Formats: sequence, C-alpha cells, structure tokens
Amino acid sequence: MLQEILDHYNYWIAIMLMMVGFYTVVARGNLVKKIVGLNIFQTSVFLLYISMGKVTGGTAPILDERFTVYSNPIPHVLILTAIVVGVATTALGLALVVRIKESYGTIEEDELDLMDGET
Amino acid sequence: MKHHRVLRIVSKLLIPFIMLFALYVQFHGDFGPGGGFQAGVILASAFILYGLIFGLENARKVAPPAVVTRLVAAGVLIYAATGYAGLLKGGNFLDYGVLGATPVAGQHLGILIIEFGVGTTVAASMITIFFLFAGRER
Amino acid sequence: MNTLLAHLPALQVVVPMVAAPLCLLAGRAGLAWIIAFLAAAFATVAAALLAYQTLHHGPISYAMGGWAPPWGIEYAVDTANAFILLLVAAIACVVLVFCRTSIPKEIRAGREHLFYCMYTLCLTGLLGIAITGDAFNVFVFLEISSLSSYALIAMGGRRKSLTAAFQYLIMGTIGATFFLIGVGLLYMMTGTLNMADLSARIPELQDSRPVLAAFAFITVGLALKAALFPLHLWLPNAYAYAPSGVSAFMAATATKVSLYVLLRFTFTIFGSEFAFGNLPLLWVLLVPAVLAMFAGSFSAIFQTDIKRMLAYSSVAQIGYITLAIALANPAGVQAAMIHIFNHGLMKAALFCAMGCIFYRIGSTRIDQMAGLGRQMPWTFAAIVTGGLSLLGVPLTAGYISKWYLVQAALQTDLWWLVILIALSSMLALVYVWRLVEALYFQEPVPGREAVREAPLSMLLPTLLLAGANIYFGLDTRLPVAMTENAALLLFQGPGG
Repeated sequence: MLQEILDHYNYWIAIMLMMVGFYTVVARGNLVKKIVGLNIFQTSVFLLYISMGKVTGGTAPILDERFTVYSNPIPHVLILTAIVVGVATTALGLALVVRIKESYGTIEEDELDLMDGET
Repeated sequence: MKHHRVLRIVSKLLIPFIMLFALYVQFHGDFGPGGGFQAGVILASAFILYGLIFGLENARKVAPPAVVTRLVAAGVLIYAATGYAGLLKGGNFLDYGVLGATPVAGQHLGILIIEFGVGTTVAASMITIFFLFAGRER
Repeated sequence: MNTLLAHLPALQVVVPMVAAPLCLLAGRAGLAWIIAFLAAAFATVAAALLAYQTLHHGPISYAMGGWAPPWGIEYAVDTANAFILLLVAAIACVVLVFCRTSIPKEIRAGREHLFYCMYTLCLTGLLGIAITGDAFNVFVFLEISSLSSYALIAMGGRRKSLTAAFQYLIMGTIGATFFLIGVGLLYMMTGTLNMADLSARIPELQDSRPVLAAFAFITVGLALKAALFPLHLWLPNAYAYAPSGVSAFMAATATKVSLYVLLRFTFTIFGSEFAFGNLPLLWVLLVPAVLAMFAGSFSAIFQTDIKRMLAYSSVAQIGYITLAIALANPAGVQAAMIHIFNHGLMKAALFCAMGCIFYRIGSTRIDQMAGLGRQMPWTFAAIVTGGLSLLGVPLTAGYISKWYLVQAALQTDLWWLVILIALSSMLALVYVWRLVEALYFQEPVPGREAVREAPLSMLLPTLLLAGANIYFGLDTRLPVAMTENAALLLFQGPGG
C-alpha cells in the first residue's frame, strides 16, 4: 500500500501543487496572488506532462550512438508550448492588474466589488 | 543602479556572453537542446539586465521600442513565410522537406529559419513586456 | 487554382494569422482595417469552399508540414466543423465592417491597429479550434483566441472592462488548464493526440480510471469556456463591458466553438456509448442546461444594462444548446448545431444593434433608451427581428432551432422538456418585450436631443445580420443539409 503511494510520487506532487494553486486562485482576494496561484496551478500540469514522458532508464532525447533508450520528447515539446502560453497569460494578467490599480487605486477583490457596486 | 560599480562592471562583462550563449542555443538547437523559445528569452534577458543596471532610458536607446514592436511582427512573418515557401515549392504548409536539395537538407534549413523567427518574436516580446511594465510611472 | 484548393485547410487558418502581424506593422487604423477585412473575407470564402467540398466529396484531411497523421498535426475538415468555420468566418467578416465606424468611438485613439491585430488573432484561434484534428492543437488555438479576447475586452475603455477581462482571464485559464490536464491523461493512456486515432483507441480503455478522469476534466474545462451554468460567471461582465463589435463577435462565436469541441469530444472521441451509457452525462448536462435556461432568463429580466441583459440571455441560450447535446441522439446533435448557428445570427444582430444605439447616445442603459425606436427606426427593426428570433416566433431562424429541439426531445422519453422549453421562452418574451416597450412606447428622456439613425456603415451589417435571421427562418436548406450530415458523422463515433 505504502509502496504503491510512494511509487506514484510524481502524481502526488502534481496533485498537491494543483490544489495549492487552485485554492490560492479561489480563496485569495488579492489579484496578484490570484495570478501567482494560477501559475502554480499551471506548473502542476507541466510536471504531470513531463513526468509522464520519462522512460525508466532512458536518457535525455538527444541522438547518440552510446544510448538506445530515450525518454519521450513529445510531452516536453507540448509543455514548452504550454509554458509559453502560461507566460503570455501571466504577462497579460499582470498588465491588467497594473491598469486596474491605476484606475481603481486598489487590487483587493472585495474593495473592487464595492467600488463597482457604487458606480 | 548606475552608481553600483560592481553591478555595472559585472553586467558589462556578462552581457556579451549572455548574448553569445543565446546565439549558441538558437543555432545549435537542431543538434542539441535549444531552440527559438529558450534563445529568445536568454537574449531578452541580456537587454533586461542592461535596462535594470543602466536605466530604462539607455535601454530604450539601445533597443528602440518602435523597432522592437516591429520585430515581434517580423518574427511571426518569418515563420509564416517559411510555411508559404513550402507551399510554393509544392509541399504542404510548413513542409521543410521541399526547401532544400534533399529532404534532410530542407528540414535543416527549414527548422533553422523557423526557429530564427520564433527567437526574434520571443526576444522582442519579452523586451516589449519589460519596457511596458518598467515604463509605468509610480 | 487546384493547388490553392488543396491547401485550403491550411490557408483557412494561416491567412488570418499572417494578417495579425501585418495589422501591427500597418500602424494606421485604415490600412489595418483593410488587411483585417481582406483576411476575414478570404476566410469566409475559404470556409464556404470547404463546406461545399465536404458536403459533396466527403471529409478532407490535411497533413501539416507533410507529416502524415497520426504522427503529425492533422487538419481534418468534415461537415461539422466546416459549418462552424463558415459561421465564425462570416460573422467575423460582417462584424468587422461594423467595427470600422464603431471602434474609433469606443477605444482609445491611436490603438485601432492593435485592436484589428487582436481581432484577427482571435479569429485565427477560433478557426484553428474548429479545423484541427489534433487534441493538443485545440488547446493551443483555444489559448490564442482566449488571450486575444481578454485583450479585446480590456480595450472596452470603461473601468469595469478591466475587471471583467481579469475575471475572464482567471476563469478562462482554469478552463483551458482543465482541458490540458484531460488531454494529458488521454495521451498518457493512448500515446496519441490525433482525434481519429484517439477515438479508435479509447473503446478498449473504457474502464480505465485515467480515461474517466480525462473525460471529466475535458467536459468541465469546456463547460467553463462555453459558459454553461453555473460556470457562466465571467460571461455577463465580459460581454457587457467589451466594445460592441467585440461583444457581437464573441457572443456569436467564442462560446459556440467551445460547444463544438464538446460535441466532438463527447460523440466522436469518447463516443456516446461511453459518455451516456457508462457515465451519467445525461444528467450532468441536463440539470445545468435547464437551470441555465431559467436562471439566465430570470437574470436577464432584471438587468438595466441591455448588453448585460443580452449576455444573460446568451447563458439561457447556451442552456438550450447543452440540452440538445444531452439528449444524445442524432436529432439532438443536429438541433444543437442548428441552434449554434441561429443563436450566433441573432446575438450578433442584437449586439450590433446595441452598438448602433451606443454610438448615438453613448449608453446601453434601458432608461436612456426610452423612445429611441422612433428616432432610429432601422435599428429598432433589427432589434425586433432579433428579439422575435430569440423567442422562436415562426418565420425566424429561432423558430427552426426550437422546432428541431422539440423534435429531438420528443424522440426521447423526456417529453416534459418540451414544457420547460416553452416556459423559458415565455421568460424571453418578458425581457424582449421590456426592451421593445422602452424603445417604442415610452416617451423620450426629457432634455435629450433627438438622435439620427446610426451611420450606414454600421446599419448595413446590423440589418444584414437581422435579415439573415429571417432568411434562415424561411430557407433552411443550408443549415439543415449541413447539420444533418454533421450529426451523422459526429454520431458515428470511432472510425467515422
């Protein structure tokens, strides 16, 4: 039982990070913290992909006659794309936060709701 | 941070090597790990370091924002143009095989140009993002 | 010419993609608009040609970069996604004409070319989602369209546009990441990302837990993107505070494309046997759909901002589409596809009409609109047509949707759904009537100068969209022929 849990440690790490990130997005009122949470959430998925591409005993997928077993490079490539998407999302999100700060004077969600309710 | 002598001198020493490493990652990407995404970010980090140490004004002189914005578009166009070149040579879109004399040479050439476009766009985008965030007064 | 035809699937996406950086380089509003318009017009023609080819010669497969599927990325066009492509491209083209006059008034000066850059990028993303036959590629295009739409919404100029865009960014990213997790789990179990290949391999993995989890993640992620109740919270603000052209474009296309992907994954990739036989997807979709129909319409009744009202009405209409999907028979799939198309037409017409009113009075609040119907008769006519279509009155496109929806419901043993559909249409009558009453039967706001009809360049696209609501209510050959074929193809499941 314990061995079974330990064998799949990569999934446990991914799930824990996923929940930490998700919780931060949902529970934190500060917009920057929400972005941080979103990043952690996305990172967990990156880990999930990368760890599934690992082949036991396999080396990095660079062609060389000394090796025959390689890890699967496709998840790496997929996640490279997802990382770029994540960077773009973060940049856009932070840009929005800056603009929100400039026009509202705050980045706390409850204060924003209050101000939106009044106008 | 201009008055920090250590920072200034160390970054002056580092910046050329950062750029050189970016170029290595960029153009060695078809033999080892590397490629446009990574190289673009490394190259941009050289400019960002320069901007942090020597001030935004000087960084804007080195990399004028108008030029950088155009480079973002230019990179995408390089990518797309390679794709269209494949079309015109009788292959499918993004088929590099038809670009060279042999399919292998074509694949080599194609991926180099494509990654160059990617690198240009990534580096230019990163520098633009830095300029826009750093340029906000307050 | 023949080579051009052979490469249409690629050009369909790549031409708008190239237009985006060109708009950025153009720098001037006029030039950027021309580039964007040419790209959208090309996309429309390409989509029409693809639709014709698929209808008469069967599905088309295009191997990106010459790498044969299932190893490379495949663009797979059949009648189902050709239909969606046609809707997206045509709406984008018409709304772009509308934007030429409306946008300079709604966004900060000097940024028009950036607007067109984002608009074409969003179009690229939506077309890409529809056309690709690769599960991971769907994610990439989903994010291209989402990121550009966040930026488009934030351009709305009002303070609330920013918070609306931020809220959408958070919810949209969570949705897309859920989808990504699902695709990852599928790849882990099957070792493939090609949709046709996936659908061939999933049947033997029916009971594997990662596949079940993948299905759950993908369904929830797409439901978030499609704004299915109760995951719709981002939608009302996003549509209400975006520039009117963006509201029209997105209301007609963005959520629809996500619903198409849901159809594709549920019926083709997982198969209806798996989703509705082994799993209780019927109730998972049916309950939120019915709640959406009522909660959306109820909320719409109490809105003072008409764009917000229309947005809530969209939530209700997405409920109808989901209801049709939940019925899990070919007639239901056909009804869903038809309503995707017709709802796109009516919401585009209504949001464009709101844009015309905003152009003249600078507001979309219902108390500001009193009596406008007599001063802007053509805009009023478009609103009435769109409203009637929303209700499902005979001779409008909305009636066709309702007809197919009721037919599909009667084929199952869920006949009581018909009563619910009728009841929620009554609610639509309340909010549409509220709008008509304010526009036509109330005295104009005292002290406001009489306004003229909206400029022709805005009025024509609006009337064209409103006219399409009537045209497709009378001549249903195109949508019916395409969706009939599409429903069969989607429903065939594995192997196609």
